[in-house]
Amino acid sequence: MLLQIHEPGETPLPHENEKGLAVGIDLGTTNSVVAISREQKVEVVRDARGSGLVPSVVAYPEEGGPLVGEIARRQILDRPEIVVSSIKRLMGRGVAELEGLGAKLPYELGPAAEGGMARLRIGGRLLTPVEISADILRAVKERAELALGRNVDRAVVTVPAYFDDAARTATRDAARLAGLEVLRLVAEPTAAALAYGLDSKSEGLYAVYDLGGGTFDFSLLRLEKGVFQVLATGGDAALGGDDFDQAVAARFLAERGGEITREETKQALVAARLAKECLSTQDSWDGTLMLDSGDSDHSLDRTALEALISPFVERTIRICAAVLEDAGVSAGDLGGVVLVGGSTRVPLVRERVAAFFGRPALADIDPDEVVAVGAALQAEALTAGSDTLLLDVLPLSLGLETMGGIVEKIVERNTPIPVARAQEFTTYQDGQDAMAIHVVQGEREMVDQCRSLARFVLDGIPPMVAGAARIRVTFSVDADGLLSVAARESTTGREAHVEVKPSYGLTEDEMAAMLRASIENAADDMERRLLTEARVEARRAVNALQAALAADADLLSADEVAAIETSVEAVERAMSGSDRHAIQGAAEELEHRTKTFAERRMDRGIRKALAGRNVAEIGG
Amino acid sequence: MNDMPRTPAADAAAAQAAALAACWSCRGPVDPASLFCATCKAVQPPAPLDHFTRLGLPRAFDVKVPVLEQLYFGFQRQLHPDRFAGAAPKARQISQSQAVAFNEAYETLKDPLARATYLLKISGVPIEGEGAHTIHDAGLLDEQMERREALFEATDIPAVEALAAAARADAKAATAAIAAAFARGDLAAARIETLRLKYLVKLGEEARGRRARLAQGGTA
Ligand SMILES: [Zn+2]
Repeated sequence: MLLQIHEPGETPLPHENEKGLAVGIDLGTTNSVVAISREQKVEVVRDARGSGLVPSVVAYPEEGGPLVGEIARRQILDRPEIVVSSIKRLMGRGVAELEGLGAKLPYELGPAAEGGMARLRIGGRLLTPVEISADILRAVKERAELALGRNVDRAVVTVPAYFDDAARTATRDAARLAGLEVLRLVAEPTAAALAYGLDSKSEGLYAVYDLGGGTFDFSLLRLEKGVFQVLATGGDAALGGDDFDQAVAARFLAERGGEITREETKQALVAARLAKECLSTQDSWDGTLMLDSGDSDHSLDRTALEALISPFVERTIRICAAVLEDAGVSAGDLGGVVLVGGSTRVPLVRERVAAFFGRPALADIDPDEVVAVGAALQAEALTAGSDTLLLDVLPLSLGLETMGGIVEKIVERNTPIPVARAQEFTTYQDGQDAMAIHVVQGEREMVDQCRSLARFVLDGIPPMVAGAARIRVTFSVDADGLLSVAARESTTGREAHVEVKPSYGLTEDEMAAMLRASIENAADDMERRLLTEARVEARRAVNALQAALAADADLLSADEVAAIETSVEAVERAMSGSDRHAIQGAAEELEHRTKTFAERRMDRGIRKALAGRNVAEIGG
Repeated sequence: MNDMPRTPAADAAAAQAAALAACWSCRGPVDPASLFCATCKAVQPPAPLDHFTRLGLPRAFDVKVPVLEQLYFGFQRQLHPDRFAGAAPKARQISQSQAVAFNEAYETLKDPLARATYLLKISGVPIEGEGAHTIHDAGLLDEQMERREALFEATDIPAVEALAAAARADAKAATAAIAAAFARGDLAAARIETLRLKYLVKLGEEARGRRARLAQGGTA
């Protein structure tokens, strides 16, 4: 008799050794970092020179595949027209928004993709931010595979806490294109807290100040016995060290005067960044801006730099104050403030943070690497099991468009996720069989001041008089912060059809086409995933049956046991092969063969329960 | 043993009579209020319980937040989707609906206003909407109108902060009054005090907004 019982979670998955490693990836605006955790010891994957940072820069030469990292960054000065940097700032952004930013963007926009996603014209190609991010992720994945000598196919990928649904979806899609299964999207500040919390076994309230290249996040967390509970979060998805660079570059270009091309702007930004980095340790900087239209000499001292960047730093401090007030917490209640992101190396940032919180901030873990360290810990927790628990919140309120363009909030920001809210709608015309619903994300009252997330059409509503139909729409946000929608017409119980059209996303067809184009073995990849899923499901069914047999095998005759055993063996045999249809077929056969057994178990349970109750009633 | 003709409806009726459900995974009997199947250990869908019962608390306004939090963390440790990362798709989906149910219960019970509103609703005395009587609310409305006018007329930050501080103090008093009313079983009084607290919380939010506008140099 097959009677080994596995506790759920303890069961090694079939063919576990075929699975690749799970890593943590910080997909940053300026740099990306990949790390791996084994038994809570984290190793950042480094290059030959010891650097863990991969510049988030991609070059698209006419010949050959994309170049990513330092090699691409070096192309900015020579061939700026084929280079993309800071692509993270464009994730999940609509065409209209990018056109608004157009003057500031050193890229040429091409025609939008079918799903409304913006595309950039780079070196003669049309590329979405998702594809460009996928190229970065693919390079980071390959770097990890080379260093670890194993296939890497799963990852925890971090996103700014303040990323909305569109930007999170874009990040997940980019990982999929790069051949990575996303185990979880984790907010960057939460990942940083995880890296610190596990290290120091800290308890209490902590704040994470995360100023990256293009995004600012501020989160308030409670750490308690392995639980990381996000209490409140705030930020600005378009505020970061890039703004410092742009302010400095604008000053240099103003000093030069004259017309400047888009390519020259990119080159000026490189010089501005060097000046800023130099001024983190030196008091003054002198340099020459060598552009196609001629050279110019510039100098900058720390005071001048601080005057240029101070408005941006003050904006971050105001966000910190608002989040603390939101949560009813004062700076004195905090056990510590953690610094994350390369831009926190700027001395003015450290000074202002220390002054606001009344204490020097923690930066024991390299602020460029701390997020990837936390992501790696979470990747290990999700694959190998762990006692730590991340409880995250929805960063921005979800709402629906109502009459007059006013937003009706359905889920408030800082609500713990996963969360689900149902809302009832009715028809306003006799016989109306369809209804449009517009979902937005943001805190403002008017629809046009919030981010448009998706438009849904509910159709197949049974024709009735106006106001008679009751359509219950459930909005669910999962632990990754991703929205999904289901609808049901209550009077008839019919599932209404929901067609989700993300405002700035990719359509399913576009995603499928990109998958085909980007991964040589996209079909294999998909098939392997389905096969794994079929094996996990078959293993569950066999384990559940074995548990049932351990409890109630006496309900079966010897012949019946033998028949069930034969079915179990067939499932096990199918699982050792790689035909997913055979596995599903064998599992279905097993389910069919054990139907009577299940019925007898229910009967026994019911009889026992009723007998227990009768005794209790008589006795009481 | 099974002479009676079986139909799904008859099976369901018998199971219900015995207060048993069928486990989705091993298909054996399971107590519908349990989180996991006693036989196969599969996670079970959330039972239709009130928020207090779900978290293992008595149905009362008096909730100690640290106790509530420990209970909540304990359940999420077992049920959060991260605990089911490698599990079968159905188990992952069920764990998500469990986590959603516990998040909702925790969110409702941790905040005094939400807790009082919910407790009144499940006690059959909703504070608003159908079934809510409004006769005793007139005095409360006048009081609220006066406070809002005062806030509207305040033109400097100290004046707004003084009004906000007064609203906070009154909110504290209203919370104590709600607790006392529930303790003596006076739901009508609990309802009035809950409405009062609701207005005061709203006023506090408006004061914050007004203070922010004044701080930005606006005159609105
Ligand atoms: Zn079971």
